[in-house]
Amino acid sequence: MNALLVVEDVHKRYGKEEVLKGVSFQVEKGETKVIIGPSGTGKSTLLRCINRLTEPDRGRVWLDGVEVTSPKTNINRIRAQIGFVFQDFNLFTHLTALDNVRLGPMRVKGMKKDEATRLAQEELARVGLADKADAYPAELSGGQQQRVSIARALAMNPKLILFDEPTSALDPELIGEVLQVMIKLAQEGMTMVVVTHEMGFARSVADEIIFMEKGVIVEQGPPAQLFSSPKHPRTAEFLRKITELYGGEG
Amino acid sequence: MEFFRQLWEVGRYLPMLLRASTVNLELLGALLVIGFLIGTLVALLQVYGGRFLGTVAYIYEWVFRSVPALVLLFLFYFGPSEFGWYISPFLAASLALGLRSSAYQSQIFRGAIQAIPTGQMLAARALGMSRVQALLHVILPQAFRLAIPGWSNEFSSVVKDTTLAYVVTLNEIMRYAKIIMDRRYDLAMATFIMVALIFLFFTYSGNWLLGQMERRFRIPGLQMPGASGTVL
Repeated sequence: MNALLVVEDVHKRYGKEEVLKGVSFQVEKGETKVIIGPSGTGKSTLLRCINRLTEPDRGRVWLDGVEVTSPKTNINRIRAQIGFVFQDFNLFTHLTALDNVRLGPMRVKGMKKDEATRLAQEELARVGLADKADAYPAELSGGQQQRVSIARALAMNPKLILFDEPTSALDPELIGEVLQVMIKLAQEGMTMVVVTHEMGFARSVADEIIFMEKGVIVEQGPPAQLFSSPKHPRTAEFLRKITELYGGEG
Repeated sequence: MEFFRQLWEVGRYLPMLLRASTVNLELLGALLVIGFLIGTLVALLQVYGGRFLGTVAYIYEWVFRSVPALVLLFLFYFGPSEFGWYISPFLAASLALGLRSSAYQSQIFRGAIQAIPTGQMLAARALGMSRVQALLHVILPQAFRLAIPGWSNEFSSVVKDTTLAYVVTLNEIMRYAKIIMDRRYDLAMATFIMVALIFLFFTYSGNWLLGQMERRFRIPGLQMPGASGTVL
């Protein structure tokens, strides 16, 4: 088991509806995996099953050889190693950007305040927001908020970051600044799993694309192959629709 | 004119009344602390306590909101002596009014906690915080801010309730007002107007203080509707 993240046969049901019907995939260290697919096909649920923000009904998940889904695992210690970036940012509204970023290192990792402050300033600089350290979330644009939330994830020095439609709640002119940060992270070798509708990002950054529909993985492969010659008719149809909607380079 | 002469005469008793009113303030402090701590706990149990603890919390809240304050005061003062325990009037009043206030405060805090978007808890847990850490560092600091206006209301209400402790022989302001009245029946009206003025002052300064707190802890960029005179 060499892969950093192994997801094996994950199932999740909400009432009558089975949202995930047995999903398996692996992510190697340093890899960027992009998950695409129509709304309501369980992409977000899948991400949340990985760090058990949503408890999967069945199936197993391993991070770096440790079984995340084992009842014996301390889930808080696993989550500290997995960054999570939400669609609607979820920055802590009562804290400044700096406090948002250093809260995790201080409270979860027990880092000293001055050390955590230095780290937080570095991470804010990394997402281009060194000058916004003292701003509160409500004083920032959506794009800036999402970049702070990426810095918050980075400050935990995670083995992997999960992105749940990180640009879907943003005004079009703000999407670019967030994608730029994500592209930089991918180039620096961060392991990422990204749920997104940004096909331009998927095409240029993903090592592999996973197309999901109705709770299963329909097709997966490198972007060049998936975009130019999808094997499954559903993949082709989805790509055609989304290209019409967002334009070729997203 | 006669009335103003009476008021002037009661003025002689003002130092005594003010000294007695410090007992009301001490009782107020004690009952607010008890009410705040237990109220927060009850609110947390109602929201996060699960079925069993949640139900216990709801029953607690229901009981202390339903029984009249005077009945609670008598129960807490005379109840323990049934078992041979002596309880001081101050302690009895602090517990009776404090527990009662905790039931009301719990509802203010519960509403505030439930008004915090679920994403805040999710984000805290995703960082690896335990539930308790998330409550301590993320949920409660935001909820307490939201709770200040409702809490001001509860404050105004319990300031006045401290005079009820008169019935369990606490030497607070009403007791002294009654002593003045017993001695000089003609001054009754003027005496109680003096007491009323003292409470007007308490309520006013308390609410002013809470207003300052609300401003002090306001989150920049997040304007509470109407808080700064903004019309939406």
